[in-house]
Amino acid sequence: MGMTLAEKILARASGQKKVSPGQYVTAQIDLAMAHEGLAAVFMNLARTGWTKVWDPSRIVSILDHYVPAPTERSAEIHKVVRAAVKQWGIENFYGERAGICHQVLPEKGHALPGMLIVGTDSHTTTYGAFGAAGTGIGFSEMAYVFATGQLWFKVPPTIRFHLTGKLPEYVMSKDIILFIAGKYSAEVAQYKAVEFSGPLAGELSLSSRMTMSNMAVEIGAKFGFFAPDQKTSDFLKDRTRKPFSLISPDPDAHYEETYEIDVSSLEPQVAFPFSVENVRPVSEAREVKIHQAFIGSCTNGRLEDLHMAARIITGRKVHPEVRLFVIPASWEIYRQAMKDGTLETLIEAGAVIGNSSCGPCFGAHMGLLGADENCIAAINRNFKGRMGSQKAQVFLASPATVAASAIEGKIVDPRNY
Amino acid sequence: MEKVIRGRVWVFGDNVDTDVITPGVYVDAPMEEMKKHVLEALNPRFPREVKAGDIIVAGKNFGCGSSRETAPDAIKALGIAAVIAESFARIFFRNAVAIGLPVLSCPGAAGSFQEGEEAELEISEARVRNITQNKEIPGEPFPKDILEILSQGGILVLLKALGEKEKIKTP
Repeated sequence: MGMTLAEKILARASGQKKVSPGQYVTAQIDLAMAHEGLAAVFMNLARTGWTKVWDPSRIVSILDHYVPAPTERSAEIHKVVRAAVKQWGIENFYGERAGICHQVLPEKGHALPGMLIVGTDSHTTTYGAFGAAGTGIGFSEMAYVFATGQLWFKVPPTIRFHLTGKLPEYVMSKDIILFIAGKYSAEVAQYKAVEFSGPLAGELSLSSRMTMSNMAVEIGAKFGFFAPDQKTSDFLKDRTRKPFSLISPDPDAHYEETYEIDVSSLEPQVAFPFSVENVRPVSEAREVKIHQAFIGSCTNGRLEDLHMAARIITGRKVHPEVRLFVIPASWEIYRQAMKDGTLETLIEAGAVIGNSSCGPCFGAHMGLLGADENCIAAINRNFKGRMGSQKAQVFLASPATVAASAIEGKIVDPRNY
Repeated sequence: MEKVIRGRVWVFGDNVDTDVITPGVYVDAPMEEMKKHVLEALNPRFPREVKAGDIIVAGKNFGCGSSRETAPDAIKALGIAAVIAESFARIFFRNAVAIGLPVLSCPGAAGSFQEGEEAELEISEARVRNITQNKEIPGEPFPKDILEILSQGGILVLLKALGEKEKIKTP
């Protein structure tokens, strides 16, 4: 029997011909990414007596959660990161000059097909859009990786979402992943690898794929793959000199389950508070008043997301009682959106544009909510207190739905624009 | 790690996420501050009244969300002796093992306990017992290597030992 993408990568990384679900392996890590969490990793290593890292060329360090530092405390954390980067000789340090880690790693050619990547962030699954096995770990396990270059893994079973049909206008890949979370639960992929397959998977842009791989963790997944293809090569070819091959699952690989998703008549979807699986079609969300709207994050801060927002907003104004925040996910996207007029369109309509960072998404930097406020957000989580007050509510949706709702002051169907 | 853990139970539901365990706004705060807010969004009494040795029993997908290690760290800092859940989100589960917080997956756990009852668990035997109701609930056994990380007190203990061994090898 053949192997899935997860099995192939874990077999190669653990030096075995074949691995099977349920098996425990010790794998060699190809790349380790740490954001501000690097400070905690540094302290963990210092406490255990390690002064060097296993391979400074295989570590990427980025500051994105608290950029620029909102508090003295976060400024101190940034100082520790900079000192650690110097001490260890980390070769790939981007500081605050690149953007959100999960956007920057592919842009700078670090996340390549077939690699095993760990990051101190749950949305490390994003690299699955490029055929890399990316997964989030904590600061203690990352200390172990920094010291030894290795980590234990349980080989996960793989499930497949077979995507068919054509996305209706103003319906985005975000709607597909929200639909999956709503229909099959936030645990459908618990401890499992996911492969998004089928004719539509190939048709989706890399940006759209990244949104779904990013949110694979919201349905419990360890990895969220798309098989890499010509689009992947085209994106990466001028961004890396390292060789890579377009890894694909074997035709006779075993899938624990295959879910068929036909998107032809998919409506825009909204995840209601306080769980990503609490999803309803936008038609059932009408008239929910909103105070804030946010487009950005590692989930939906890419150029196609900003273009969609601009397309809906052109010639219109943000509702006077709504504040719209837009944050391009990286400096590269920021520059593109600046040059092609997207940012101007959004600013003219009344949007506030932020510097590339995680922004309001994780509720500790800026753009927070007060009690009894509602926010519609093109991000990944709507947990209680996620974006400020525990009495605030966050609704998750696509950039199209967020943009249309920002104009109306309530949650509306973007297809009417 | 104690072989047999016994304690008073706090009961939580499904999908307890890392943002309610340690809210984003406190994740860079000192532990003394952070631990005052653990799970307060779900039960304001919890961080105020929890006692060292208490046990958390929860539903499915405990610890879903972020990879922040502060979540198991703060639970441990409050003195929680173990977390038993119907199922765990995988990153939380790994982090708990990595920091030496006893965790056990136990389908059927949530419906078997009322708040304040006494629980007993033996992780090496994957065994949970409701002492108050005199009822036994089977858990999911750990593989030997992973149990070893937990029993040693976490992955940093292993890393320290490994570092000392390396130094002996390369004088």
